[in-house]
Amino acid sequence: MTTPSNLKYTKSDEWFDPATGAVGITDYAQGQLSDIVFIEILVDEGEEVTVGKAIASVESVKASSEIYAPAAGKVSAVNKALTEKPETLNSDPYGEAWMIKIEGGAAGEVMDAAGYEKYCEGRAH
Amino acid sequence: MANIIEPTIFELSSPGRRGVKMPASDVPVTALPPKDLLRSELPLPELAEVDVVRHYMKLSKFNYSVDDGFYPLGSCTMKYNPKINEDTCRLPGFLFTHPLQPIETVQGNLALMFEMQEWLKEISGFAGVTLQPAAGAHGEFTGVLMMAAYHKLRGDTKRTKMLIPDAAHGTNPASVGMLGMQVVTIPSDDRGNVDLEKLKAACDDTVVGMMLTNPNTLGMFDENIEKVVNMVKDCGGLMYGDGANLNALLGIVRPGDLGFDVMHFNLHKTFSVPHGGGGPGSGPVGVSQRLVDFLPSPLIGIVEEGDADTAPLYGFVSPKNTIGRMKAFHGHFGGGLVRSYTYIAMHGPDGLKDISQYAVLNANYLQARLRDTYHIPYDRICMHEFVMEGRFEGSDIRALDISKRLMDYNFHPPTNYFPLIVSEALMIEPTETENKDTLDRFADALIKIAEEAKTQPELLHNAPSTTQFGRMDEVKAARELVLCCWLPENYEQMT
Repeated sequence: MTTPSNLKYTKSDEWFDPATGAVGITDYAQGQLSDIVFIEILVDEGEEVTVGKAIASVESVKASSEIYAPAAGKVSAVNKALTEKPETLNSDPYGEAWMIKIEGGAAGEVMDAAGYEKYCEGRAH
Repeated sequence: MANIIEPTIFELSSPGRRGVKMPASDVPVTALPPKDLLRSELPLPELAEVDVVRHYMKLSKFNYSVDDGFYPLGSCTMKYNPKINEDTCRLPGFLFTHPLQPIETVQGNLALMFEMQEWLKEISGFAGVTLQPAAGAHGEFTGVLMMAAYHKLRGDTKRTKMLIPDAAHGTNPASVGMLGMQVVTIPSDDRGNVDLEKLKAACDDTVVGMMLTNPNTLGMFDENIEKVVNMVKDCGGLMYGDGANLNALLGIVRPGDLGFDVMHFNLHKTFSVPHGGGGPGSGPVGVSQRLVDFLPSPLIGIVEEGDADTAPLYGFVSPKNTIGRMKAFHGHFGGGLVRSYTYIAMHGPDGLKDISQYAVLNANYLQARLRDTYHIPYDRICMHEFVMEGRFEGSDIRALDISKRLMDYNFHPPTNYFPLIVSEALMIEPTETENKDTLDRFADALIKIAEEAKTQPELLHNAPSTTQFGRMDEVKAARELVLCCWLPENYEQMT
């Protein structure tokens, strides 16, 4: 499991890049979901989002899951290419598989990489 | 026999082949509807009767059903369905009636439905029952509609939130979403109960109610059920019970007595209707006194009282503030109601209690036999099912590999990857209809598979190897979905 140190993380397994505003799901999340076969992004460019708003819906062979906004603000970009290749959520969750970028907003309740790693370990119930 | 692929019925088709020779038409020719309402082609397969019979006979041999063997699919209650149900639902008086017949000519059908309403009320402790909903999720939608109507009639329009535990069936949030309500997820605590602190924080005057499955999908009876019900009621909400797991409670606990306001039954699970192929379901809904006036219309009622010499006249009645009709006609009569009625009548009150006691005993026996081999995250006395993890320390074996390997031992796999709060979940529901020998063979197989996972993991990775087809590519199936084998000519305009 990788957790880049420049990112912030939520309890619901989204990552947020404070520098670029990019949002996606973590390596831990993609591993839990296994092969992802479908993604639908639920917000459009220019839309205002609040923390916790559902921004995407992801389906794997195991389960389907909603992805929530880790920060509030205006959606400045949507990765439209992602819906064509959901498999990149498995292969490159922190890179090619970014979902949206949120501009100018404040992050909600987020953890740093060390905190998130500890949180994931604690969940191996 | 292995690896012979049976073509689809469309591939077997040959132009001009037919099953029956139609006589020349002896009715006058009439004009067709306007051309723009007609399609120019209807590519139905053309085959002789024998081709059709052999095709489906072959396919049926690839199948695995509860009549073949053990089918421990968690939360689905795949119990054996007694064959007497098949006799009763084919009695000519039931089979050859039509829902639009005058009520005087279908008194037997109506009497059965009336009695079924009464029996379900008695079993569940509710004040009223509708038999209309087609299956469980339809029952949920019906129940949530009644909850909404209740608040609306009181002018209590602030209520838009439904509380749903994280262990819930996915149909619960889906039913709520269909009504435009908001779902608030309530986490489970370490013992698999509703987290009371989180529930307390979520209870306010915007809550429609709570949808709770008890026992839940971990097979756990909520130890704080009275507190949960009271918290929801204290904030003015209604309690919805998901009856999917009613097989654990018959004759022991009545949801109505626990304070639930509404619950759907899954007749096809608890009261034995074959449902492996996707139907027919049957999802009657019971309600407390608070909601009886909102039940769908019509209900079956007595429209003329009888006396010592004459039977009453059964007919249709409509509740005062009914939410309206939920289904054309009166529910799944023959397929669902007559079979379930037979099942309840064959068992009687003591027999129903036996069902639940043996269902719970069987699940606990299996759990006890597997406890040392598989990790059981919520490990306490379970009800009719339990959930274990299909993974081992230091191994890349997953729940899916274990399930596929079980097929080599000629068992239907348990439910995989549900509930979502257990990683690599294997959800096992043996039901009351299995004997100890079967349970032992199943436990032995799972213990052997755990050993194989250590010594010969490739056996699991490559499983199943004894079935008609090997491991299916689930990812490819989901990503490259082909739903039909021909496309209508105007397909481009349709999409």
